[in-house]
Amino acid sequence: MTDASAPSPALELEAEFKDFVALLKPRVMVLVVFTAFVGLMAAPTQLHPFLTLVAIVCIAIGGGAAGALNMWWDSDIDKIMKRTQKRPIPSGKVTPDEAKMIGCALSGFSVMMLGLATNFYAAALLAFTIFFYIVIYTIWLKRSTPQNIVIGGAAGAFPPMIGWAAATGTVSFESVLMFALVFMWTPPHFWALALFTKADYYNAEVPMLTVTHGRKSTRQHIIVYTVLLAALGGATVLSSLGGPLYIVATVFLNIKFFVGAFKIWRRNEEDSERDGFLVERKFFKFSLFYLFVLFAAILADSTLSRLGVWGWI
Amino acid sequence: MSFRPDHEIHKRRFGRNLGIGLVLATLVALIFGMTVVKITEGNVAAAIAGNQSSD
Repeated sequence: MTDASAPSPALELEAEFKDFVALLKPRVMVLVVFTAFVGLMAAPTQLHPFLTLVAIVCIAIGGGAAGALNMWWDSDIDKIMKRTQKRPIPSGKVTPDEAKMIGCALSGFSVMMLGLATNFYAAALLAFTIFFYIVIYTIWLKRSTPQNIVIGGAAGAFPPMIGWAAATGTVSFESVLMFALVFMWTPPHFWALALFTKADYYNAEVPMLTVTHGRKSTRQHIIVYTVLLAALGGATVLSSLGGPLYIVATVFLNIKFFVGAFKIWRRNEEDSERDGFLVERKFFKFSLFYLFVLFAAILADSTLSRLGVWGWI
Repeated sequence: MSFRPDHEIHKRRFGRNLGIGLVLATLVALIFGMTVVKITEGNVAAAIAGNQSSD
């Protein structure tokens, strides 16, 4: 006897629009859009507001295209890892070929549109970012080295540089600093995630630091990168990005981030198991807040400076 | 006369088509807006008012 109320297999596999949106990794896209917007707004020259909107849409689509291509290539391991099992490809809603085609089409479209809307320097940077995320990180580094996140993190760090390049047509010291901030922030963020997702990367045979060097070493790496990030955040104060709000934000955020990293470093596996990786989860959540507030401070300082509230930038 | 209610599969396909339609309409609007800004060199209001550059 069959259960008439159960949905048929054909219906289960029929993709909805939201499944195609999920293919573009919208949560990652939010970060990409925000940091790119800050890059655009912090630049000394300004685009027409409508072209700013088009540039942001293009960078978002480019980031989404990279997400779709990442899901296409990683569909085999996404099936294994609990965290990714519900993604559109492992759940059978979207085929890998569809994801590949959507990713390629959106990549080409976003790069061309950004070139036409702003300049081809920014478009070339966007194309390089997509190439770096897919070929260098996803296809090459992710499955071959425990430094995957460190080097691959560069892909997520390019958006503020693309935003800056879209406005100015060039790369400058400030845009490299924004790149470096996201680059340094990425390893502790992902290693905290790797600590509490536990067996996921091991089962998928992805050589994350937790798998290759052990969890104790990962805890040490987190605190080292947190110190490096704090030093970089401090050095940024000396650039034109370092307005009053940035100074307050970087002091507060780096102290709190360091305290979190220190707690992670002091803990052992028994402590973490006992409270369900509470400290690691809190640190991961705070890392998202950290990046958002730091870039919001850069945005606020540059806006207030432009409005003449304070003016040394 | 009564129509049979839509099957869930048709609702999903309609939702998908509607979503793609809206995305395409948005892109048309963006490309149109971008063209206007580029052609008027950012000074849309002056172009609408009929002002022309000296060259």
